[in-house]
Amino acid sequence: MRLTCPHCGERDRREFYYQGDAVALNRPGPDASDVVWDDYLHNRDNPAGMTRDLWYHEGGCGAWIVVTRNTLTHEVLATELASDVKEVSA
Amino acid sequence: MVELIAKTPCEGLLPLTVGGVSLTEDLPVSLTMITVRKERLEACSELLKSAHGMAMPKPNRATGTTDARAVWFGRDQALLVGPAVNWSLKNEATVVDQSDAWAVARLEGGGAEEVLARLVPVDLRGASFKRGHTARTMLGHMMVSVTRVGEQAFQIMTFRSMAKTLVHDLQRAMESVASRG
Repeated sequence: MRLTCPHCGERDRREFYYQGDAVALNRPGPDASDVVWDDYLHNRDNPAGMTRDLWYHEGGCGAWIVVTRNTLTHEVLATELASDVKEVSA
Repeated sequence: MVELIAKTPCEGLLPLTVGGVSLTEDLPVSLTMITVRKERLEACSELLKSAHGMAMPKPNRATGTTDARAVWFGRDQALLVGPAVNWSLKNEATVVDQSDAWAVARLEGGGAEEVLARLVPVDLRGASFKRGHTARTMLGHMMVSVTRVGEQAFQIMTFRSMAKTLVHDLQRAMESVASRG
């Protein structure tokens, strides 16, 4: 598996650490309800198809990257810096 | 008074020559991390030019020459390898002395690319990794910075505490390349 780091270019999977669903970028506000927090902390989809994960380029530049990939075809569709994604959503 | 003995990171480990490839230790006077905010990058680059003669390197690139080199070291970061830093850089960036933190080795010779091909998961052949190109990547399980500093020469940096592992892994790869003749 190869992932394209927005800084370093295409790199081997062994340089990356897998964090999990990119939902971590959408942390609820402190006043959000228990239900919302419970959902954020514990509930994850297990999609057959498109998914968005956070990966860390630990063996490289140290960037957090949002990887959009397809769990059925193993295709990697897009990679973006997590900070850019966060800026856009802010 | 305790007499402390200063040791270089690769003391007792290098130099080493196997086949046509040599591994030696480089001892820059100073290593300085320069971390800069995006909006200050241009000003910092200008300041670095006037202070040390090279611009801030773009990602995956190194600027400067043997005596004073700025190596891209990660997002918004460059490591100044060589001279004692001109502290006026503090006006545009965060400047941290890391002289004692890194082991700096130089791998040189006809088979250097083949040696690194056994350890580093990045294509370091001349066609794609030219002089002045640099990569933050791995060597075995270690995080390293690899920079091509000559036609057949690479600068390899790792945490000082990993110097022995670095030399061990490189030596094994050098022997393995040499044994193929």
